Amino acid sequence: MMVRSFQGSRNGARLFGLATLVAALALIEWLVRIGVINRYVVPLPTQILASIPRIVAEENVLHRFWQTMQEVLWASLLLAVIGIALGALLYRFTILRQACETWVAALAAAPIVLAYPLFLVIFGRSATTIVAIGFAAGLAPVILKTVEGLTATRQVLIDVGRSFRLSAAQQFWKILLPAALPAVFVGLRLGLIFAMINIVGVEFLINFGGLGQLINELAERYDLPGTYGAICFVIATSIVFFACTERLERWLTPGQ
Amino acid sequence: MADLSTPRSAASAVPGSGGAMLDVAHITKRYRTAEGVTTAVDDMSFCVAPGEFVSIIGPSGCGKSTVFNIIGGLLGDYEGRVSVGGDVIAQTHPAIGMVFQEESTFPWRNVLDNVAFPLEIAGVAKQKRRERAAHFVAMVGLRGFERHLPAELSGGMRQRVALARTLASEPRILLMDEPFAALDEQTRLLLGDKVLQIQQELRQTTLLITHNLTEAVQLSDRVLVMTYRPGHLKREVAIDLPHPRDSEVVSSDAFGHYVAEIWHDLREEASRGIRADETRVLEAGTHR
Repeated sequence: MMVRSFQGSRNGARLFGLATLVAALALIEWLVRIGVINRYVVPLPTQILASIPRIVAEENVLHRFWQTMQEVLWASLLLAVIGIALGALLYRFTILRQACETWVAALAAAPIVLAYPLFLVIFGRSATTIVAIGFAAGLAPVILKTVEGLTATRQVLIDVGRSFRLSAAQQFWKILLPAALPAVFVGLRLGLIFAMINIVGVEFLINFGGLGQLINELAERYDLPGTYGAICFVIATSIVFFACTERLERWLTPGQ
Repeated sequence: MADLSTPRSAASAVPGSGGAMLDVAHITKRYRTAEGVTTAVDDMSFCVAPGEFVSIIGPSGCGKSTVFNIIGGLLGDYEGRVSVGGDVIAQTHPAIGMVFQEESTFPWRNVLDNVAFPLEIAGVAKQKRRERAAHFVAMVGLRGFERHLPAELSGGMRQRVALARTLASEPRILLMDEPFAALDEQTRLLLGDKVLQIQQELRQTTLLITHNLTEAVQLSDRVLVMTYRPGHLKREVAIDLPHPRDSEVVSSDAFGHYVAEIWHDLREEASRGIRADETRVLEAGTHR
């Protein structure tokens, strides 16, 4: 009964979210039609919807969508592997944490995308540059939230591990990391947001790759409905990745 | 009732004697604080015989948890000696299984996997450890809840999971630090029954740290009363209530007599503790 009502409330929330989106689009449509919003800056939402089949057919959107997805996927994997490892290192060595934590936090605020010429020099005009910039942009939140999650592990759980004489590696894999996972996933989601913004941004800037490049081309042609349609695919990429991380988190952290 | 100076009953082992399962000899623990050195535990000695259930009771701040952590091997840098079956120990020891006051189940593991945890660490094969874990889950009365996550259980059920997990490591000494402190009185009494039943079934040597008088008398063969800080043993009370025992015993005259006797000693210490706290607060206010 409780499960059913919970499911019901979740479906209700989804429906409410969808209804809010439709209402917002309808409002924009109305404001554009009555001239409050200039239609040369913001096209009609109905025009944007109508442009989607066109850009799918003419602009090879699905291929570009897949290209961006791949870049985001690689950046996410690097963020998970390297970001969590660096976070664990900072947790393990207090002196390292005290020395670096402020710098890592400062990195989160740094406009890394502006350093794209440097990445171009190192990696060339390739997907590697885009992935590297996305990874660098998303690294700080993953490290910081990993440290936060590990530090917040309840002492009693660590004591349970000690009472069973766990080795340092067992203590990490069996207790610290599972206990820290909810915070780690918050970091991963934040990192993913930064990574995705930067990936699409760099694709746009260097006119290479997937959706960012398409947005650049369409904007240069002043095809505004098509540009906004391509942005809808960027949002779809984001939705896919968030849904995946949410499922992964639920699978890895039952009961937390 | 016996003063510490008087000889103990035959059931109880004498510190330093070969027959003790757990021998705690002259432990003293001092902490360095901003105000200077504080002695938390001062020259405490006692022992627990095989199969015996001993409780340590004392007022808040008397150093009970310090004693628990020293015996469990979680706290070092103390004077004195702790031995298990004659072997002096200096850190966590496989013979000692600990149940903590705070909720300590792993929220990401279901009941069966929580209980199987020490077996997993010991490298027991998956099928075998699941069978062993199921046995201990049943022993604490949680059959049917194997697949439940701790978040789906009550506080009392979660503490039973923690108890089963410790029992699954098959310790020679079960060391418990106020495991039912967060539970209501009725649940606490009924869980006491369960602990007694398990203790009698396994003939498990048990040391319980508690501040609860009825719990100490209900469960124990002996109760050791601690003074307020610096904590040391004030008195030892042998509980001569019949076995097998359950929570019905709380309504007997003998039970009431033991509770009154222990409270007589404890009241003085608890009052000292309250006075010390009040003085500390007043002094902190003066210095502000």
